[in-house]
This record gives sequence, C-alpha cells and structure tokens, in this order.
Amino acid sequence: MKFSDFVSVDAIRPSVAANSKEGVIREMTQSLVDAEKIAVGEMDSIVKAIMKREDLGSTGIGRGVAVPHTKHPSVSRLVGTVAISEQGVDFESLDGEPVQLFFLLVSPPDRPGDHLRALENISRQLRDDAFCKTLKEAGGPQEVWRLLEDADAQSIAS
Amino acid sequence: MTIDQTENSMHETHSREVVVENEQGLHARPADLVAREAQRWESRIEFVGKAQRVDGKSILDLLTLAAEAGTHLVVEATGPDASEALDAIGSLFEHKFDLNEENTRIHTNKSKQEKQISSDSAGINTATCEGDAERNTNS
Repeated sequence: MKFSDFVSVDAIRPSVAANSKEGVIREMTQSLVDAEKIAVGEMDSIVKAIMKREDLGSTGIGRGVAVPHTKHPSVSRLVGTVAISEQGVDFESLDGEPVQLFFLLVSPPDRPGDHLRALENISRQLRDDAFCKTLKEAGGPQEVWRLLEDADAQSIAS
Repeated sequence: MTIDQTENSMHETHSREVVVENEQGLHARPADLVAREAQRWESRIEFVGKAQRVDGKSILDLLTLAAEAGTHLVVEATGPDASEALDAIGSLFEHKFDLNEENTRIHTNKSKQEKQISSDSAGINTATCEGDAERNTNS
C-alpha cells in the first residue's frame, strides 16, 4: 500500500505546534477532521482510542519515528496523515529518542490487512536514512507530499 | 541493520517454522514483542518468508513482512543460544503473543455483539477489558 493510498495531502502538518504526545495526536486528528477525512463528532473518541493504544506500548518505533494508530468504526477506509516536529517530542519511544516524524493511521476494524500493509510501507521507507532526513527537513505540505510520491514511485520501480 | 556475524558464523544455523495465528497479524505490538525477545539472545535471528529475509531483532524489519493471520514464516537462529532462542520465539507465536486484541477496539453496538461471541471463545480477561472499553467510549 503506497503513501498516496492513505495519506491525505490536506491533512499533512510539516510543523506541528504541540510538544507532548497527546498534543501531537490531537493536532493530527484535528488535521484529519479539517481535511474532512473523519467526522468532527468522532474526534474525541478517536484521540482517546489512539491514547489507549499508546498505553499498551509506545508506537515510537525508533529512529525518531512514531506510528500512532487505532481502529475505529467511524471510518470505512484507512485514513492517515503525516506530521513533523522540528524540535522533537517525547513519545516514550522504544529507543528513548524524541520523535520528529509521525504517521497517524485510523483504520476500519474489519481491515487488518490494510493496516499491516500501511505499516509495511512506512517501515520499509523509514529504513532509508536519506528519506527520513529529507522528510524531517521538508518545508511545506506540498514538499512532504512530493517526497511521499517519490518514495511511492521508487517502491514500485524496485 | 548490520549484524556482527563473525562470532555467530562458527555455529550451526537452527530453524523452525512459525505461524501468525492472531487475527490481526504481525502488527506493531507483536512485532515489538518479537524484536525484544530476539534481542535477548546472542544468536543472529532472521525471519524468512514472503520472499524476504529480515532481521528478527528489528521492529522495522519485522513490520516489512506485513504478515497477516495464517502466514507461515521460517525463523533461523545462528549462534551459541540458537536453540533456546527459537523455542522462546516459537512460544510467542504459539501463544498468539498473549495479546488481547479486542482490548483496543472501540465498538459500535453491532460489533459489541460480535465481540461477545469472540470473547466467549477467547476466554480469559475479556470481561474486565470490555468494561474498560465501554467506560472510555461512553465518557
């Protein structure tokens, strides 16, 4: 599953203001509401569900990356967005490092395969240090989107 | 992900098959559990499946397998504690990583009924978790 299959370009936040775990999750969920990918009335429930998942173990998977996520019955397809924090946020990551790159995913409960394929794509791309570095330095949403599209094109070619 | 293979290459490679048996597949939490378990052992540990060979000690590598429920994988361990490492990792898969996957779901009324059925078959712990989930959803 490519980035362009689940990342909403209108919801990309290349410079998050929040400096806490819940703050970033809330800001990213709000961006999906603003992009009309999730219903405004579901926002609190989704944030709560994502935080509940974090309680089971941080989704900060190392290398300055976190993949906060949840299943939620209010979405009929996998929706996601990308955010970047310049200074990094304490996310209780597995390697203890602050997180700069966030990929937030909300998936329908009955589609575990889609969720796995989104995680597969994210982790495959993030093994590439150059990709992580350029993404962290991206200036605006369009630049982030272009980098994701480039990564998609390369993963098809390889 | 470089692994120092010089020491371990003196040892024979042990291997065994594992099957992803939990409903949600090898998602972030089980991948984390497997990587942590693999890191406890000195041996080099690799997973082979879906036309890939990945480092069992790396959560990112394990996630690239996108192993859904029912996927068969081969685990290979090379090193002084290879056999014990395979037993420990195999046990995680056999116990479906001891995850209570229902725990993280937020349910509509319809899926609550479905969950009731699945929690009957799943047995332990679901009653408490269900209570928590409902409180969170309703508050």
